[in-house]
Amino acid sequence: MSLLQISNLSLRIGSHAILKAVSLAVAPGEIVAVTGESGSGKSMTAFSVMGLLPETAMASGKIMLESTDLLTQNEAQMCTLRGASIGMVFQEPMTALNPVKTIGDQVMETILIHKAMPADQARTRTRSLLDRVGLSADRFPLSRYPHELSGGQRQRVVIAMAIALRPKLLIADEPTTALDVTTQAQILDLLRDLVHEFDMGLLIITHDLAVVANLADRIVVMRHGEVVETGSTQVLLRDMQHPYTKMLFAASSHQVTLPEPPAPQPLLEVRGAIRDYPLPRETLFAKPKQFRAVKDVSFTLYRGERLGLVGESGCGKSTLTRAILGLEPLQGGEILLDGTPITTTQNSEIRRKMQVVFQDPFGSFNPRHRVDKLITEPFHILSDPPQGSARSDLITETLRAVGLQPEDAQKYIHQFSGGQRQRIAIARALITRPELILFDEAVSALDVSVRAQILDLLAELCEAYALSYLFISHDLSVVRTITDRCLVMQKGEIVEAGATEAIFSSPQHPYTQALIAAAPVLPEIDLGAA
Amino acid sequence: MLRYALKRGLSLLLSLAVASLVIFFVIEVAPGDPASFMLGINAEPDTVAALRAELGLDQSKAQRYLAWIGGMVTGDFGMSYTYRTPVAGMIADRMWVSLPLALYALALSTLIAFPAGIYAAARRGKAGDMAVMGATQLGVAVPNFWFAMILVLIFAINLRWFGAGGFAGWDKGFGTAIHSLTLPAIALALPQAAILARVMRSALLDILGEDFMRTARAKGLTRRQALWRHGLRNAMIPVLTIIGLQFSFLLAGAIIIEQVFFLPGLGRLVFQAISSRDLIVVESVVMILVFAVISVNFLVDLTYALVDPRLRSRT
Amino acid sequence: MSRNLLLGTVLSSLVVLAALVSFFWTPFDHTAMDIPAKLQRPNGLHWLGTDHFGRDIFSMIMVGARTSIAVALVAVGIGMGIGIPLGLTAAAQQGSWLDEVIMRANDLVFAFPSLVIAILITAIFGAGAVNAIIAIGIFNIPVFARITRGAALSLWAREFILAARVSGKGAARISAEHILPNVANLLIVQGTIQFSLGILAEAGLSYVGLGAQPPTPSWGRMLADAQTMVSFAPHLALIPGSAIILTVLGLNLMGDGLRDWLDPKLRVSR
Repeated sequence: MSLLQISNLSLRIGSHAILKAVSLAVAPGEIVAVTGESGSGKSMTAFSVMGLLPETAMASGKIMLESTDLLTQNEAQMCTLRGASIGMVFQEPMTALNPVKTIGDQVMETILIHKAMPADQARTRTRSLLDRVGLSADRFPLSRYPHELSGGQRQRVVIAMAIALRPKLLIADEPTTALDVTTQAQILDLLRDLVHEFDMGLLIITHDLAVVANLADRIVVMRHGEVVETGSTQVLLRDMQHPYTKMLFAASSHQVTLPEPPAPQPLLEVRGAIRDYPLPRETLFAKPKQFRAVKDVSFTLYRGERLGLVGESGCGKSTLTRAILGLEPLQGGEILLDGTPITTTQNSEIRRKMQVVFQDPFGSFNPRHRVDKLITEPFHILSDPPQGSARSDLITETLRAVGLQPEDAQKYIHQFSGGQRQRIAIARALITRPELILFDEAVSALDVSVRAQILDLLAELCEAYALSYLFISHDLSVVRTITDRCLVMQKGEIVEAGATEAIFSSPQHPYTQALIAAAPVLPEIDLGAA
Repeated sequence: MLRYALKRGLSLLLSLAVASLVIFFVIEVAPGDPASFMLGINAEPDTVAALRAELGLDQSKAQRYLAWIGGMVTGDFGMSYTYRTPVAGMIADRMWVSLPLALYALALSTLIAFPAGIYAAARRGKAGDMAVMGATQLGVAVPNFWFAMILVLIFAINLRWFGAGGFAGWDKGFGTAIHSLTLPAIALALPQAAILARVMRSALLDILGEDFMRTARAKGLTRRQALWRHGLRNAMIPVLTIIGLQFSFLLAGAIIIEQVFFLPGLGRLVFQAISSRDLIVVESVVMILVFAVISVNFLVDLTYALVDPRLRSRT
Repeated sequence: MSRNLLLGTVLSSLVVLAALVSFFWTPFDHTAMDIPAKLQRPNGLHWLGTDHFGRDIFSMIMVGARTSIAVALVAVGIGMGIGIPLGLTAAAQQGSWLDEVIMRANDLVFAFPSLVIAILITAIFGAGAVNAIIAIGIFNIPVFARITRGAALSLWAREFILAARVSGKGAARISAEHILPNVANLLIVQGTIQFSLGILAEAGLSYVGLGAQPPTPSWGRMLADAQTMVSFAPHLALIPGSAIILTVLGLNLMGDGLRDWLDPKLRVSR
């Protein structure tokens, strides 16, 4: 018998249909993964089970937790179920905890609010829970505050809170999306162990198919509020029925064909780069201490090649990117572009040769400007920017090159989807016909199908415009397909460099090995006709 | 925590030093010589010079500033130009009207605003919220001294529950003194309470959208429990800022309200001093007011650290 | 357009209209005394009654609106004109000594409420409308500097600003082209709020005699004059008080309405 049985769940918010007749089941001790792209309704399904929907949402159908229909429970009844019978883990560990309460109090609250045991017992239980999720008493006493913990440690606290009363069902909404790959692997292991230990059902919501394939017993694929396909992981991976499922898996392991890089000829040379940040002052008069974010980094990017720079958050790759762009000064070493040193007050000829595409397709544009003004902003660098028809021809050509229409020049940014915005960002980088484009996590925020299209576009463009790329990302699978050579960065240093394929197939440095081992990979799938 | 307190304390002293410099030099640029003003236009130059020496006006600016500050620290505020009595004594008497009035009003304002703001936030969009918000919208628009006049008209002249003005004095007993400060305090407090209630409500509503409130609900807390246990303390951070700001408004407001109720506070003193160009009194009163405002904001800073552990660990 | 915005705009426009019309026409000369007709209640001839000198209150209210609006408007102008550039500069140079100095100076001005500034100024230069403007204006500077800096700082971290920097644009140009237009809404809303606070402050200063001096009419001084007569002629206090309340209420409603109307997040959900 199922622990959780959702049948024909439909959900409307106003006139907008969010979920359409969703059905799925979770058995005790089973891990069911709900996956799909943004807007598929996967998170809303999870919140429907918790009964934590927006007030204007109208739900119909049945959500049976054992013999209780959760949709017919009133608010007071739901409160007794939440935390006790159903626990939940959220996406953003950095904000999921109350910053002004200790972790002990917050975990203990789950126990006390349900009056499960007296306070002194609850305290002992809290201690053993934190021990269980890997937060030992010596380093993590109950009196710690959330801001003293890292993202992964906070997620462990959230998990401790969710399992405090040994709920029958645990819901995890993108529990590792905000975490680094090595932390992700640890958190997923912890969840898997807990499911087996407590015989819980786990409903995990994630967009990451590699995570799904490695963790789940059964998979539910959703699109536009509907379940398009469901089945046990083994069967589904072997024999996908729905074209959307096939497309999703194909896009996740999408490979692009890159042109052969020409003979090595240096374009960007980083020599002994050092970047220090002043730390907040500790005393009023002492000189503030320095944090060295980039420690003596040297590498060369050759003309026409695609170079990857991978590392986890805080490794210094963003800082290095800013230094290369000339946005921040170096405290040592130098960076040369085409033989000319890059400084924060560099000349326009250097700037013209280098452009950048950022991660956030929503934050990279001034919402008040039209596309033509947005993509021509780099004209500011040019001593002789094109005018009149030369300008509009260039806009048209560039928009076409990135797969947009000339008419799009007159639109505002909010009229475009995330993928289209990233195309506009590429158009902005392309319009001065640079030689080098930096991609700072440029595809990380995109859905897999859109990401595959953008990667294809990048492969086309580097051939058509003889471009060199520096591709900065935490996403190993993307770097593996789009780059020729690759640098691995850890704690401000480059620990390994070499041909991408060589690094991925036989990593030499222990950190690279750990990184690659931790990254979940899609199993080899025969996609047949897809 | 101690480190944080010391740091804030140091910055408090620095602010006071700069504020005193500003006040001193602003008064310095005042046209006219206090000595000749005090003695009238027909005074003999010798007499004026003698008075200047007596008042210490013949010393250099730096000497006078240091003397003034040094005096302030030891409680000697100098001599009033007009009354020829120690300024410290004049201020001390008046301060025991203005300061209690501002604090009384602050207490009232907080007592009214907190429940109103919490109530409105808890019933967001419902009739109760609308009513509270409508009342605060009106309250924010009411000038406190006008409200004071209306209170006098209703409660003193018509109902005769309170005296129309004047201050009983603390020697008549705490109850009597507080009674005579009640109408002025209400007049001061209500418009400020309206502002504070609005801030409280919007701070709470902001917090309601935070991820950790959803976490709390997922643990099984009811909406109300989540609001009280997790929302309130976080909402206190912006609310405290406003309370700190309000104190300076209340102190300034007290000076105006004193005029309506004929209270012998700092306001009366300073307006008399202005009209008689008794600059040393003006200077001292302004310094006292600024000192009070800066000190209250120092207390608010310390309270922040009690509320927010992130501030405590940061040095 | 919400009901708040509509009501607020109508109320504020009426006050502005009254002030403008008063330059050309008022029912009576607002300075003309008519002792036999003193202390009349509102009637057909004197729509809002007369004061203790028999002056027409309606005319005085109209002309008084001029003072209130002029003082508050110029004070907000001073606050915006100095505060916004300071805030933009501080944000553009975040963490520098300049930022530090600007913010410390702001903190310091916050320790001097506008009334305290007015006391200092009048102690030196004497009372008057211009000094009231300066006092309220100085107090407005840190308000605008702080709010501009806060909003600008969050924008400086956005990627579209980084993109502009990569395009070689300098801090001044980015501030003018990207930052200012994106904080304008916030500043307009804060502007209406400070405007209404300015009206209240002007009334308070005039009430204690630090504001506009006779014969310039002002609502605050009308209230000061009314104080001794409130027991037998309450309309002398009620009418100028209502004028202040309605003006401030109108401006606040307009500010709230504008905020909702200009907020793109709220507009999408509508």
